[in-house]
Amino acid sequence: MQFLALIYSVENSDDVDMPTLMAQYEAFSEEAGAAGVLAGGNALEPVSTATSIKVRNGSSNYTDGPFAETKEQLGGYYMLECANLDEALTWASKIPTARYGTIEVRPVMDFED
Amino acid sequence: MSEAPHDWALIFRAQFGSILAALMMHTRDISLAEDAIQESFLQAAERWPVSGLPDNPGAWLFTVAKRRLFDLLRKSAVRHRSENNEAIYTSLHDQNLCPEEEYAIPEERLRLIFTCCHPALSENVRVALTLKTLCGLSIKEIARAFFSSSAAIEQRLTRAKQKIRKAGIAYEVPEGDALVARLPSVLSVIYLIYNESYSAYEGQALTRDDFALEAIRLARVLYHLLPHSQVGGLLALLLLHDSRRCARVSSRQSFIPLQAQDRSLWDQALILEGGEILNRAIAEGAPDPYKIQAAISALHCEAVTWEETHWAQIELLYTSLYKLEPSPVVLLNQAVVVANSGRAALAFERLQGLAGPLERYQPFYAARADIAHTLGLYSQASSDYLRAIKLTKNSVEITYLESQRAKLESFLT
Repeated sequence: MQFLALIYSVENSDDVDMPTLMAQYEAFSEEAGAAGVLAGGNALEPVSTATSIKVRNGSSNYTDGPFAETKEQLGGYYMLECANLDEALTWASKIPTARYGTIEVRPVMDFED
Repeated sequence: MSEAPHDWALIFRAQFGSILAALMMHTRDISLAEDAIQESFLQAAERWPVSGLPDNPGAWLFTVAKRRLFDLLRKSAVRHRSENNEAIYTSLHDQNLCPEEEYAIPEERLRLIFTCCHPALSENVRVALTLKTLCGLSIKEIARAFFSSSAAIEQRLTRAKQKIRKAGIAYEVPEGDALVARLPSVLSVIYLIYNESYSAYEGQALTRDDFALEAIRLARVLYHLLPHSQVGGLLALLLLHDSRRCARVSSRQSFIPLQAQDRSLWDQALILEGGEILNRAIAEGAPDPYKIQAAISALHCEAVTWEETHWAQIELLYTSLYKLEPSPVVLLNQAVVVANSGRAALAFERLQGLAGPLERYQPFYAARADIAHTLGLYSQASSDYLRAIKLTKNSVEITYLESQRAKLESFLT
């Protein structure tokens, strides 16, 4: 079976400094990788980079920000490889649930930047 | 020297957008480019009083800003040891274009416009960012227009720039279908900036000419670079609407409604230009809300007197507008036209149906008050004027509404 572990926290509320935290994440990845349980994973850019998209009556509505409705639940995810946000939003608008739910689009963190 | 610093502020503002766009050829960091321009303005403020205004102030500012950007990029390259920045820095030395040519690159200007108006940014962010980066307004000026603090606007802009940098917003002009899809979010920003010049706020003159002029300048730049029929429709709307600006406010800063305006004050050059652009836009593309509103405005401009206005045509145009933009505000405006064409009772009946959706909308009460007055429904008119006054923040409009209400007094006792 595969399981998705979603990492939730208040942004910038880390309990240790950044290098320590990175080292701890590396240690976790190594341990989980060695045990053969790690199938993938990524950090995301901060929530301020989020764009949410809904498709209603065939037209796309964008919201500048994260998905904030608490009644709806996370039901899955796709990792999209796109040249830019427009392309990602175009693909996101084709996800069937965009018609009745919301798709939040966020870039995977680029540690080089 | 004869030039006052005030004129320079206008030069700075007029040049800001094109210099920023040209600098963006060398960096994708808006903040860094803005810092470089700021430095060029500071140097100009020091140098120009001594040396006099250069022949081409834009080119002068661009040269200084670009040199400053070199420095900033080099420092940041040293700090980050980024090969990318080093490459950019090297490429700067390869540029042999003369400044005039270089900073007039239209493609860069368009890219900046489409980036600042990206639909993934919320509307108020798009407006603030456009005023800052394309119009060169200061954070303080933007804060004043939005009743906000400089700190809040600063934060909004910082967040917007961060999103542009990190969210994968492409720095390019979309093409084909994507261009048509992205255009509305650009046009709505320009329209909002124009409307900001009207929007009511406390203790200020009714029209804020600065915002109107900035919006028109931006619409002109956009139309020049991208002569799309939708852009033409918006530019025509702004020009036609603006042709009546002088007639709208009296010397005592009181509001004058269309009916009472001195039509000889209307700017005929703007009416002519707006009309020509509108005709071209109508010939080149499908009807859209801007073109229809421009056509309505054109009919008002054509009428020699209030009585000779083509009310029937305007009423039909509102029907077309409602099909594209089914909003109760459109129905309100149409009802006012019905009343103006001598059918006040029908108009009043239609307004009753809009009382729910427009419960908090000041123009609804002002319009119903006028129509009730015409029909002799004086106490209705009086209470509607009071509701309208309560919903108004602009002192000029309050004065106008109070004077309207005062006319009822003899009937109410």
